[in-house]
Formats: sequence, structure tokens, C-alpha cells
Amino acid sequence: MTNTLTAPTAARGLVEITGVRKSFGATEVLKGVSLTVEPGGVAVIVGPSGSGKSTLLRTINHLEKVDGGHITIDGQLVGYEVRGDRLYELREKEILKQRTGIGMVFQNFNLFPHLTALENVAEAPVVAQGRSKEEARRRGLELLDRVGLKDRADAYPRQLSGGQQQRVAIARALALDPKILLFDEPTSALDPELVNEVLDVIRELATSGTTLVIVTHEMGFARDVADTVVFMDQGQIVEQGTPQQIFSNPQEPRTRSFFSKVLEPAFNI
Amino acid sequence: MSSAATKVAQSQQPQPAAAEAPPAKDAARVPKDYSSYRVVAAKHPWRWVGTAAVALGVLAVAGSLATNPRWEWGVVAQWFTAQSVVNGLVETLKLTAISGILGFVLGFILALMRLSASPLLVSVSWTFSWIFRSTPLLVQMLLWYNLGYLYEKISLGIPFTDVRFFEVQTTTLISQFAAAVLGLTLNQAAYSAEIIRGGILSVDQGQLEAAAALGIPAWRRSTRIVLPQAMRAILPTAFNEIIGLVKGTSIVYVLAYSELFYTVQVIYNRTQQVLPLLLVATLWYIVITSVLSVFQYYIERHYSRGAVRNLPLTPLQKARKFFATHAAVPNRRNL
Repeated sequence: MTNTLTAPTAARGLVEITGVRKSFGATEVLKGVSLTVEPGGVAVIVGPSGSGKSTLLRTINHLEKVDGGHITIDGQLVGYEVRGDRLYELREKEILKQRTGIGMVFQNFNLFPHLTALENVAEAPVVAQGRSKEEARRRGLELLDRVGLKDRADAYPRQLSGGQQQRVAIARALALDPKILLFDEPTSALDPELVNEVLDVIRELATSGTTLVIVTHEMGFARDVADTVVFMDQGQIVEQGTPQQIFSNPQEPRTRSFFSKVLEPAFNI
Repeated sequence: MSSAATKVAQSQQPQPAAAEAPPAKDAARVPKDYSSYRVVAAKHPWRWVGTAAVALGVLAVAGSLATNPRWEWGVVAQWFTAQSVVNGLVETLKLTAISGILGFVLGFILALMRLSASPLLVSVSWTFSWIFRSTPLLVQMLLWYNLGYLYEKISLGIPFTDVRFFEVQTTTLISQFAAAVLGLTLNQAAYSAEIIRGGILSVDQGQLEAAAALGIPAWRRSTRIVLPQAMRAILPTAFNEIIGLVKGTSIVYVLAYSELFYTVQVIYNRTQQVLPLLLVATLWYIVITSVLSVFQYYIERHYSRGAVRNLPLTPLQKARKFFATHAAVPNRRNL
């Protein structure tokens, strides 16, 4: 099942997370998390609500600033610059530039409601990468075609179904040609019958050589698409391994008790 | 509503016995074809009664306006387009436009200050709104006009040194017009800052996150992503404010500034035709407000792109549709 498609360009999209800590007020939501995702790899993070999965994902593109530890992408620090023995915080402009290499898909889509599907997709390449409007439009249509929505290019997000909106959001994230794509529970806000159209698009991306980091509650999909499954609980990575190892033969009692709650309905039919 | 509901309930009672019982099995198999039937529109008798009652009231009011000689419509007509009144009207429009635009620009800056991360900017913005919303506009006007009493000269230079680029007598700088614009603008800015801030806050946080994740720069994020969405919340209240400002300009009569209301006062003090002349001013204010309301409708419609599934029809489109459908009465079924 695992698509260990070693990307032709070697060091494209290597994510290394080392000892990352993060607190919101008095609650520590990440307690020293370390994780490596190989270029072109697909890491799926699972775990109970409030385990810090989404926060970890958001630290990768610096939407959340870490309190301790560090994250590198292809060896380059996220959000900081090394000069001598100091880490200098990057300015807004440089952080934005880093983010163009990292696409993100949100649980609630966060499409811009006053822009059409095509405008949503074509906005960032023009203002963040300085491409021409014409080029961004053409590429936008290509991407909408790829997610099966070319004919809805001029529709506003509210005129689309949830599944269609999320597919537009994926096209929007792809428009910047990111090395890494982050998915924050991409199907949690969807009606059950719309989940698969989104998962199919992500499945297709998993074979494309882009590094994917996915937070999801869809265990069947995780088993299907992941190289690495990461189980998180209470701000820590409890266990990680191939889907085979984690789903069929979990070592830790916490992992076992979590899967015994979530897997039963889906797998014991 | 209720009468229609009871009718339906009554008519349902006898039906099962009469119509449905005998052919129940056959009817279930072959769906009956209703395409040749005539559709009779539902009747709303009470709607007609209500319409008639309201029409009667409107007629009575209109009749009294037309027949009561004390309204002195002749005098109204005579002064409505008089040169002095039109001059006053132009002054009113000028004050509204200048203070409205400057007020909202300053209000936008104040709103951004209030939302910024700097505690100093936040408190300066807050204090500005606090002061200008706590003092009567009338008092502010008089203070600005009498600024010369507090500060004889106004100069521009480098603070805490003797360097002066220019210096001017306050009384020459603060004319009636300047005092009026200053007072109206600053007061308007204090209110519009809150309106704009409210609009910005109404935009979902996820929009900013998505824009940031896409690497869209901060200025572009505000102008392209947040403001267009905030406008939907800002516009109705903003037009309230501008319409308020149109009439609010009448307060500058305390500076003996000859805008519409002051001009009318001067005239009726001379001719003693108080009510007809107040009516002249009133009618002009109504005209301005009506024009603004039309603008408001179309601007709001523009910013509702994407917020509603289908844009509502404009009055013009509605009228066209009405005539298109009602002209073709024989083809009723095709509605």
C-alpha cells in the first residue's frame, strides 16, 4: 500500500521536528515532540481530541510559534535564522516567503467567500510569487481541473458543496507548488458521503512526490495512504511506525485503548 | 395564514372518503397526469382589506397636505430653488463630503491602531474615541472656533527647540469653515473608528490564517481579504452615520456658517414664514438622503458577492421581470 516513491529531486520536503514545546497559557499542548518526515513521504497523525495534533501541524508553517525546540525544512530553520550562535526571529516578509513552500488545507476550508473558486486559487501565486495574472489563471484552471472542478471555476464558495469547497482549497494550496502539504482534519467538516471525493484527491497527491503531513480521524484512509502513522496523546508522540505496525500490532497500551474505541465500527464489520 | 390553514384542514376531511377510497390501488400504480389542469392561485382576502385600509390612511394624509392652506406650498415652491437656499445646500453637501471622507479615513487609521499590537497605539486610539464621543458636538464646534482664545498663534516647527517653519494667527487659520470641518471630522472619526473596527472583527480568524499560510503580505491581506468581507458589516452602519452627518451639519449654524439650515433660518427670521421654510430644508434633506439610500443599495449589493448564493434582483430587474411575466397572461401555466 505504502507508496515509497523516492522523489527524483532528493532533498525536497524533508521535515525534521526536534523537541518542540508549545503552551497556551498554563496548558502545555506539545511536550517535546520529535518527528521526521522523509521527502515525498506521507505522515498521518492520529490521536484523541486535544492531543496536540493540529497544533503540531500548525507549528510546521509557523502559524504557531514554538516555545522550545525547532523545526527544519530541508535543513532550513522555520521562523528563525542562524547567525553565529544566535537564532534571529525572521521578519514577517521572510516568514511569508517560507510559507509559500508549505501548503495548508484547513478543516473549515477557509476559502475566501468573496472570491470565485478560480480567484481563490490564483490569488497567492500573483501576490506571493510575483507570477503574471494570466499565468496564475491558466495554472489555476489546470489545478481546478485536477481536482475535478474546472467547470465550477467561476462559482463562489457558498455555491459549492462542502466537498467541492475542500477540493478548491486543495487546489489553492497546490497553486504555490509547495514542497510540503499540511492537512488539518480535511474531512471533519464534511457530510459522510462527501468525504471520499476529498480523500481521493489526497490519495492522488500521495503518489506525486510532495511530502504530506495529514491530521485525520479517517482510520481507513490513514491505513491506506500513510508511510508513517504517528499516534499522539497528551502532547506527546506515543508511538509511530508503518500502518501495519500501528494499526495491527500496537505496542503501547494507550495506542491500543485508543484504537479499540475508534477502529471497532469501521473494521469489524 | 390561519384562515388558509383551517381551510386546508377542513377540505382534507371529506377527501379521503370521497376521492381516495375507491381507486386507491389503481391510482397508486399509474401516476395521474395533472398537466392539463388549470392552476388557480391562492386567494388572500385579508391582504386586500389591509391594503385598502392603508391606502385610505395614505390618501387622508396626502389630502390634508394638499388642502391645508397653512402648509403654504406656494411659499415652499418659491424658496425651494432660490439662489440663497441652493448656495446653502451646496455648503451642506460640501461639509458632508469633506467631513465624511476625512472622518472615515481617520476612523480607519484609528481602527487599525486600536487593533494593533502596540499598547501605546491602542490607548491613544481608545482615548481619542473616548473624548470625542463623550463631548457634545456643539461644544466641540465652539471650542474649535474659539481656539484662538486658548492659543493665539499656531506654528509648525521642531518640538522643544526654537526652530519654526511657519507661524500663523489662529483666528485666521480657523475660519468658520475650518472649525466646522474640524469638529465634524474628528467627531465622525471617533464613531467610524468603532464601526470599522467592528467590521474587521466580524471577519473570521480563519480567513487571516489562510491568507498568512498562502504567504499573502499583510497589507494585501487587509485590503483584499479582510476589508471586502468587513464591508458587509460596515456599510449599513456607515450609511447611517453619513445620513446622520448630512443632518448633523445643521449644527454648524452655531458658527453662523451659511449652510442649508442656517440660510433657511435667516430667511424665515426676515419673512416670518417659519413652517414653509423649514419644509424647504426638510425636503432637501429628504432628497439627499434618498440619493444616498440608492447608493447604499448598490454598494451593499456589490459587496454581497459570494456572501449570498444568488444576488438579489435590483429594483430595475424586478420591474422588468414583473412586466415580462405579467404581459404574457395567457401563458400563466409557464410561470
